[in-house]
Amino acid sequence: MAIVERHKDELERRAGPQDRAPAVVEFRGVTKHYGTEKAGLTEATFSVQRGEFVFLVGSTGSGKSTLMRLLIKELEPTKGTIKVAGRDLAEVTRRKVPYYRRNIGIVFQDFKLLPNRTVYDNVAYALQVTGHSRKEIRNRVPDILRLTGLSTKLHNYPDQLSGGEQQRVSVARAFVNHPPLLLADEPTGNLDPETSIGIMQLLFRINRTGSTVIVATHDAQMVDRMRRRVIELQRGRIIRDEHSGLYAPRDMNTAEFGALLREPAPAPKRVEKDPIDELWGDEA
Amino acid sequence: MKPGFFVREALRSIGRNAIPSFAAMASVLVTVLVLGVFIPVVQATTGAANEVRGRVLVDVYLQKDATQADIDRVRDRIQSVETAGKVEFVSKAQAYQREKARNPEAYQLLGKNPLPDTFRVTPKKPDDVLKLRDALAPAGVSGGRTPIDESIESVKSSKDESTKILTATRVVKLAMGALAILLVIASVLLISNTIRLSLFSRRREVEVMKLVGATDSFIRWPFVIEGVVLGALGGVLAVLLLAVGKIALVDPLAEDFALIAAPRTIQFGVLAVLLLGASVLVSAAGSGLSLRRFLRV
Repeated sequence: MAIVERHKDELERRAGPQDRAPAVVEFRGVTKHYGTEKAGLTEATFSVQRGEFVFLVGSTGSGKSTLMRLLIKELEPTKGTIKVAGRDLAEVTRRKVPYYRRNIGIVFQDFKLLPNRTVYDNVAYALQVTGHSRKEIRNRVPDILRLTGLSTKLHNYPDQLSGGEQQRVSVARAFVNHPPLLLADEPTGNLDPETSIGIMQLLFRINRTGSTVIVATHDAQMVDRMRRRVIELQRGRIIRDEHSGLYAPRDMNTAEFGALLREPAPAPKRVEKDPIDELWGDEA
Repeated sequence: MKPGFFVREALRSIGRNAIPSFAAMASVLVTVLVLGVFIPVVQATTGAANEVRGRVLVDVYLQKDATQADIDRVRDRIQSVETAGKVEFVSKAQAYQREKARNPEAYQLLGKNPLPDTFRVTPKKPDDVLKLRDALAPAGVSGGRTPIDESIESVKSSKDESTKILTATRVVKLAMGALAILLVIASVLLISNTIRLSLFSRRREVEVMKLVGATDSFIRWPFVIEGVVLGALGGVLAVLLLAVGKIALVDPLAEDFALIAAPRTIQFGVLAVLLLGASVLVSAAGSGLSLRRFLRV
């Protein structure tokens, strides 16, 4: 695989700029402020090529979700340009946003399924929105549900499914339109490690069909195992962008870890008056 | 395919959100019911009030010896007064007949007719009754009144009674108008709040739809159709209840009491159509407009 990729990169490099397909996602100096001072994202510049699988890592509040929400045009950047498949998102008018979103599959940490629709209807809704005929829907939905391993749960409602199954439904819904770009914001955030692997495999399989996949995650184990491109954010800035990277820049060695443990723990202090005693003060 | 799809979506969502849907329908039903009772009541009350006001009039008593020429002259003079409306002449004989029928024994004793010829003048507007009296018999400097014609013996309008009737009926009319306006406002608020509540519980659904790439109209139509269906359902039920109430309660009463039938009220069919139209329109517009807030994602 690696050699194939390198070959592709090489070809890409040799091709003239006019032959090169535009990057699927291109951020140029993108800044997003919430309110006056709080920065969601500062001067983010990067691009993602077709067919890439990218992890966005960073602690909460580092700007991963801001980046995702900018990409689906839920938010507008304060500064800078975002291009998706060569088109500037600022040119997409409010009326055109729904049509733009149909070409992007989105998976959320909290699944965001329609609570009063069955699994089948949830996936079908993404096709109904785009005006597919009932016949097409009948053909495509069972296929995609088989791919995600949900063929036995067609007529269950989301609240009758486990978290992993719900996330599978949400992945199926995101993928049913075969979007060229798939975004996943903490897709495994609510799931146990076993289930997470299943979801990641699913995303990986989707990536192999040619879709570009961007995954925001905290799941260090997963990132380290998959060895894909990693973009790390910290307080709204991109601090690292490496191919086949790890979750953390470098594993902490045992000595360092030990040092961390030897750090004197704060000694328990006896509080003279425990505030809890005053909770029912008057009655006692 | 699309209209069918929207209708199916709307019906499905009514079925799945049975309780909020029922609440919306019930609020439409109750308000339509109250309005349906209240509109005829308001009409009947203002009608009755107007009728009472119509009874306010000025009596012009002529001299006992007035000739036919005098009568004609006085009639002309009264009719030339601006505020005078209908002028009715009651001759001595007519008045005698009328009073005798009312109290035969007393008139038996009297023997001869003591009553003068009378003009009963109704003012054009009930409020002008005192102006009319002043015009027919202007107040003199000394406080007494001199009629405009020497054949007029006196001009009478019981001032106290007239003003009482006028203020009382005015208060009734104003109160009814205010109540009607309040009721309409309350109905609109109640319905729009119920709709808003049921939409609020589904704002997540709307959000998800938007993220999947549904256009605003694609999301809105099922909600509007849902509003139409629920509004129509509530309206039809309310009209049916009103019809039952009318046939069972009001119609038998109307035969016994003149008061209920006397003032002209709206036809039941017209009322039903009006109420149905209003309930459908309000709930459809309500759900369409309330949704706008949630569509801004």
